[in-house]
Amino acid sequence: MKRFAGWIGAMVLGVAATAAAQNGPVPIVGLVELSGPGAVSGTNFNDGVRMAVEEINAKGGILGRKIDYTYNDTQSNPGVAKALAQKAVDQNAYVVMGPVFSGSIFVSMDVTRKAEITNFTGGEAANITQQGNPYIFRTSFTQANAMPRVARYMKNALKLKSVDIIWVNNDFGKGGHDEFLKAIKADGIKLGADVSTDQGQVDFSGAVLKVKQSGSDGVFVYVNEEESARALRELAKQGYNKPRIGETTLTGQKVIELAGSAADGAIAHVGLSPDAPIPAVRAFAERFQKEFKYKPDHNGIKGYTAMYIVKAMTEKIGKFDTKALAAALHGAKILVKDHPGVLMDVSFDKNGDIDRESFMTKVENGKQVVFETLPPLHPF
Amino acid sequence: MVDLIQLIVSGTATGAIYALAALGFTLLWQASGTINFAQGEFVMLPAFTMLICTTRGVPLWLAFLVACVVSAILLGIGFKRIVVDPLIRHGVIPLVIATLGLSIGLKQLVKASYAAEAQPFPSVFPAGQFPLFGTHVSYSDVGTLLIAGLIVISLQLFLKRTVTGRAMQACAQNMDAAKVLGINVKTMVLYVFIINAVLAAVASLLISPTYLAKFDMGDSIGQKAFFAAIIGGFNQTSGALLGGVLIGVLENLIGFYVSPAYKEGVALVLFMVVILFRPEGLLGKAEERKV
Repeated sequence: MKRFAGWIGAMVLGVAATAAAQNGPVPIVGLVELSGPGAVSGTNFNDGVRMAVEEINAKGGILGRKIDYTYNDTQSNPGVAKALAQKAVDQNAYVVMGPVFSGSIFVSMDVTRKAEITNFTGGEAANITQQGNPYIFRTSFTQANAMPRVARYMKNALKLKSVDIIWVNNDFGKGGHDEFLKAIKADGIKLGADVSTDQGQVDFSGAVLKVKQSGSDGVFVYVNEEESARALRELAKQGYNKPRIGETTLTGQKVIELAGSAADGAIAHVGLSPDAPIPAVRAFAERFQKEFKYKPDHNGIKGYTAMYIVKAMTEKIGKFDTKALAAALHGAKILVKDHPGVLMDVSFDKNGDIDRESFMTKVENGKQVVFETLPPLHPF
Repeated sequence: MVDLIQLIVSGTATGAIYALAALGFTLLWQASGTINFAQGEFVMLPAFTMLICTTRGVPLWLAFLVACVVSAILLGIGFKRIVVDPLIRHGVIPLVIATLGLSIGLKQLVKASYAAEAQPFPSVFPAGQFPLFGTHVSYSDVGTLLIAGLIVISLQLFLKRTVTGRAMQACAQNMDAAKVLGINVKTMVLYVFIINAVLAAVASLLISPTYLAKFDMGDSIGQKAFFAAIIGGFNQTSGALLGGVLIGVLENLIGFYVSPAYKEGVALVLFMVVILFRPEGLLGKAEERKV
């Protein structure tokens, strides 16, 4: 009798635990670069997610369930990112947010793929979404989409005949370098000096001198945030006065802050900008600044909108099923009029690549100024 | 040729900053037998002291003076009294381990209490360049070179031409003999620790605009300074200067003429070559120890 009562008790507890898990908070786990060379990107991305979670929870959560967002520091180290991805699987994460660095997501996404967990990344390397992983989704443009826009601007607006490139020799930089070379070749722009640098490099004097001596019409700088600032400072220090063009990072808020007046005049194509001429984006940037005491960059918007994309699509499928979520995201179109939190109309293709409007920006008097809005590649 | 002049000027300026930190290594070794593997963090901490001051509206020159005083107290007197004095009697190894621990501790302290991200740091010199001997050199490189050079020369003059400096050298050469001559050895050693801390603060002022103030900024400079001290000769202050400048210039030349990818390995290769063929360093004197 005692044994029977024990079985009944265990079953009741089991059912109660299952019910609690199904109605309790939904675990979403962040794998983010909070230290190391990716600290600027990861902190922005993570704070964006946190802000969205706070707002969503304050309004009752998703399908009546609150979100339990926990995050861990990858230290910008792919090995650590992979270990933390396994931890996220063990936590039964509904969605994994991050990492932001391409080198880290390359390694960690294998773990989330095997566990069939939807994984959003801030990584931009072209081949992240070219490996047939049905669970990986971008929060920003792929380099294959962004570089042709940059090259076209160099050719049509700046009338450059030749250009140098300073790039960071990691997965992000190498992917961007290869796509950039393809794009300028297609537009008939000649490549001058091709200068690779290290992640976390502090001294750009040799790289800038090489660029100065090449005699090209401008330089394309494709390195991470801190290195972008150091490169801009060195370019200013050595009196470089030709166009300095970048993609995403070069005119970011943190780069402007770190580079100071050396950033003035830098031009970049950005997928997202807190200064975009879109009221919802600017309102977000104001709320973000109020909460975290610093101005967000594109990574802050990536994290914030990714969380609202999860909300929109989960509500669409009507259940917390991470496999169903990934399936629904392929080919999805999410419009601001239905889901204001996504800030801009957005769509995903069959690979998990994102599409939306993008912007050409310039740094003027220490501020990023959007001077042109480019349409999505595939208009809605 | 124009490239070469520019590369040498810029490399000498960077090398002079390495030399400032390397001087600290050699001074501490000579005066107290201390190898300080937290030397890079001794450069990092003043950067954050200056940042704390400048973000509160204090002008940079005043912030620098505050950093010098704070460094002298914490990284000079404090380091000697709290870390070196209790451990030195146990030999070099415990002290090396302690300074390695101190290095990690200081980095984590700044990371946790200030920020993990890089912070902008104001430059003492204006941006841009001016013509010199048919080429263009930056104000920053020339300014750095002048300040670092002035400090190194002043220090050399102080050590060789003043009574206190000579007393410090006497302590470095033979502490027992210095005591017999009536020199206050403890005070002289304390002076060396204070000088090391102030040199690190100067290096911090000069290098932070380029490196950006970050909790781990000392990793690279500490390593280069250590290599510079070994290359030049650990028991010669002039050796530290030579080692620093050699690394700075060669890094620039290799980075430009070969590839920037090999730049970071220059100091290590040079260090290995010197250790193999001239272990006492380029200007160092061979020391014999009885076992």
